[in-house]
Amino acid sequence: MLRYTVRRLLQMVVVLLVLSLLVFAWLRALPGGPVSALLGERATPESRHDLIVQLGLDQPIFVQYLKFLGRALTGNFGTSNGVQPGTTAMDLFLTRFPATIELSVFAIIIAVVFGIPLGYMAAKRRGGWFDNATVIGSLVGIAVPVFFLAFLLKYIFAVKLGVLPSDSRQSVTDATRVTGFFVLDGIITQEWDAAWDAFRHLILPAIALGTIPFAVVFRITRAAVLDVLDEDYVRTAESKGLTAQLIRRRHVLRNAMLPVVTTIGLQTGALLAGAVLTENVFAFPGVGQALALGFERRDYPVLQLLIMMAAMVYVVVNLLVDLSYALIDPRIRTR
Amino acid sequence: MLQNRTAQRRRLALVGLAGVVALSLSACAQSQRSADTSNGSGKVGGTLTFGAAGAPKLFDPFYATDGETFRVARQMFQGLVGFKPGTAQAQPDLAEKWDSSPDGKTWTFALKTGVKFHDGTDFNADAVCANFNRWYGQKGAAQSDAVSQYWVDNFGGFSDGAKPSLYKSCTAKDAKTAVIELTAVTSKFPDVLGLPSFVMQSPTAMKKYDADNVTAQGDSFTYPSYALEHPTGTGPFKFGKYDKANNTVELVKNDDYAGDKVKLDKLVFKIIPNETARKQALQAGDIDGYDFPNAADWDQLKKAGFNVAIRPAFNILYLGINQKNVPQLRDLKVRQAIAYGINREQLVKSQLPEGAKVADEFIPDTVTGYTPDVQKYNYDPEKAKSLLKEAGATDLTLNFWWPSEVTRPYMPSPKDIFGALSADLAKIGIKTNAVTKPWNGGYIDGIDQAQADLFLFGWTGDFNTPDNFLAQFFGAPDNRLTTGASPWGQSLADSIKAADAEPNKDKRTQLYQDINKKVMGEYLPAVPVSHSPPALVLKSDIKGLVPSPLTDERFGSVSKG
Repeated sequence: MLRYTVRRLLQMVVVLLVLSLLVFAWLRALPGGPVSALLGERATPESRHDLIVQLGLDQPIFVQYLKFLGRALTGNFGTSNGVQPGTTAMDLFLTRFPATIELSVFAIIIAVVFGIPLGYMAAKRRGGWFDNATVIGSLVGIAVPVFFLAFLLKYIFAVKLGVLPSDSRQSVTDATRVTGFFVLDGIITQEWDAAWDAFRHLILPAIALGTIPFAVVFRITRAAVLDVLDEDYVRTAESKGLTAQLIRRRHVLRNAMLPVVTTIGLQTGALLAGAVLTENVFAFPGVGQALALGFERRDYPVLQLLIMMAAMVYVVVNLLVDLSYALIDPRIRTR
Repeated sequence: MLQNRTAQRRRLALVGLAGVVALSLSACAQSQRSADTSNGSGKVGGTLTFGAAGAPKLFDPFYATDGETFRVARQMFQGLVGFKPGTAQAQPDLAEKWDSSPDGKTWTFALKTGVKFHDGTDFNADAVCANFNRWYGQKGAAQSDAVSQYWVDNFGGFSDGAKPSLYKSCTAKDAKTAVIELTAVTSKFPDVLGLPSFVMQSPTAMKKYDADNVTAQGDSFTYPSYALEHPTGTGPFKFGKYDKANNTVELVKNDDYAGDKVKLDKLVFKIIPNETARKQALQAGDIDGYDFPNAADWDQLKKAGFNVAIRPAFNILYLGINQKNVPQLRDLKVRQAIAYGINREQLVKSQLPEGAKVADEFIPDTVTGYTPDVQKYNYDPEKAKSLLKEAGATDLTLNFWWPSEVTRPYMPSPKDIFGALSADLAKIGIKTNAVTKPWNGGYIDGIDQAQADLFLFGWTGDFNTPDNFLAQFFGAPDNRLTTGASPWGQSLADSIKAADAEPNKDKRTQLYQDINKKVMGEYLPAVPVSHSPPALVLKSDIKGLVPSPLTDERFGSVSKG
């Protein structure tokens, strides 16, 4: 197990190195760049040239890359020059990542809390009206684009009804910050109003972001439960006279969970893509918003770091999913 | 059943563990709130939240040129020179008055007394000289155009003498008199001191927090803690905090402000990069106002009871003509044909917001040196066609560039403006190839590398001198229009320099008027299109904000409720 984990982590390092080179070259191949973003209308041929030299953008790309790598090894990923100018890319990541995690966790909670029970119930009532209604509902959930749903939710609940906030993470301005997860911070410092306020800010974006994972989890759960319900061991358990509760927990759900957990893991990667859209609609200062802004403003240092971090998160989450199989399915553990 | 009990026990243990973790976390994470729980609402006082489009670059405006940084800086700082609210007219701020020597090189500023910086340091002539010498004394990476741009643009070099500088010295004659000496005469002085870059900052705080320590590394710059966390000025608001995790900048009332009593307790800038999101935040009541509402939304916002405050237009949109790649464009007749061939009246009426005007020349009429007495190009497609025929350019195809994904204050909808202009050009027989690129994704680069024959571009004035417009466009022959390809390119640049260096005010105005006449009559390097007013939008209970042509709005006099 340990050897397996270490090997996977080493593979990750290689993946990240290759990716960093690709991202580095790709960014610099894009039209535009930090020079026009920084100077804008004021650019003159002279000032452009000076700035290009100053930023080292006139050097061969591999020289630039090696320098970048050298600095990166010392933990220096440069300073943002577009998204949050003046902030180091690492700082920017560290202040924004908790926001995206908080949002994603709430989205996943919504997906799991509603997806698994509904999927189970739909499977148990296969063909009934409940099954049909929820299956159609989940199809709609998958089909509606995230940004459209986000926009719609915001328009109805924030702009028209005014019951939930429309943007950012918190309105309380004097909340104490400890972990960067605002809801958690509010709870552990017992600033209940701050926690509640942060929670209210999460509701709409989390629903928008959680809809697709919810629909996917629902459908996978339903399919998996249907499969398992046909298995011999379930029938055996039934004929043994075990209670329905015990059959559900020990035999059906545990066996059906394997594909569901895989799905949740894969969806976590997709969440980051969804977060780019959701965070933009709700002006939610997370990593997704920074990616979109960084692209628009050609913020090389920020894009470089964020893309690498996104890749790393994806790889780590997949590793965790693989490891979690062992917990759910003892057969894998013994192997 | 035994198994069941173990499972239960395990679950209990888990809940217990979670409880212990939560308790131990809360033990080491005490609330850091102040005991003061006064809730800031009511007529005097309260918090105003303004929606900003971007994050400020930093809080030391000397190292910035961008509007987001300046908006915040204008609330915390004052310069020697300010602007009369609602106009681009310079007026005294921290200086009470000023005089210049007959040769225009020595300027004596009489300073206000009894003013203190936020950290308690006295504002006096020594502080003024400390600021000037700090600007002049920038070293290393701080000398870069992208760092000290307004100094480089307006004063030139630094104390190391590598490039000539306009600035010579500052002397504190007595506590309330500062004398600035320049090496040459310029029309920009002293108006240029009204730019937020040249505000007065506390010498004590700058020293304490290492204000000049800018370093370049890789593709970016790193700034000192003064610029990021400890800006210290004399203005109506003091720096509170920059909450990066929540994307807000918070300023608090300066109780010791030397001017009129500040009404708001707190001023919060909430960064909402998306324009639609800003509008919805206003409609949802989460912010009290925001900048640059889309002109297409003005009516809707007004109907919903919001106050759309329109700024006097202090900008210009022009149709750029680059002479580099198409030799016919070096012919004045062809450029004039383009000017006659586009229907600017119609464009202003149909595509631009209320208050927009057709531009007759390259400066707005509020700027000295403006003269109504220039050659006008009223819409005349027949004349355009005959000019093209005379020039032998009847079969012209031009690359016409317009920027996507952007609105500029002078250009609300580039796509529609492009559509109208290219349709007009087609009518006089000029074919256009549309090229569109994102503003920061190749547009500016392409324009600067002379890839476009025709393009949409513009400028918003920084302060009220013609040089701020004309030198930007034609001040060097190597520019976005490649005026150097024509024989007059160099002499136009020279005449702009000469006018700027003329000490006599009346003579200088005359020189600028002459330049404007020549530019419109003999050169026509590009076609000025329009001056278009940008706006800001506020809730109806926000009182006292004066929209400024320079976007120089001060919140010190603003009240809520």
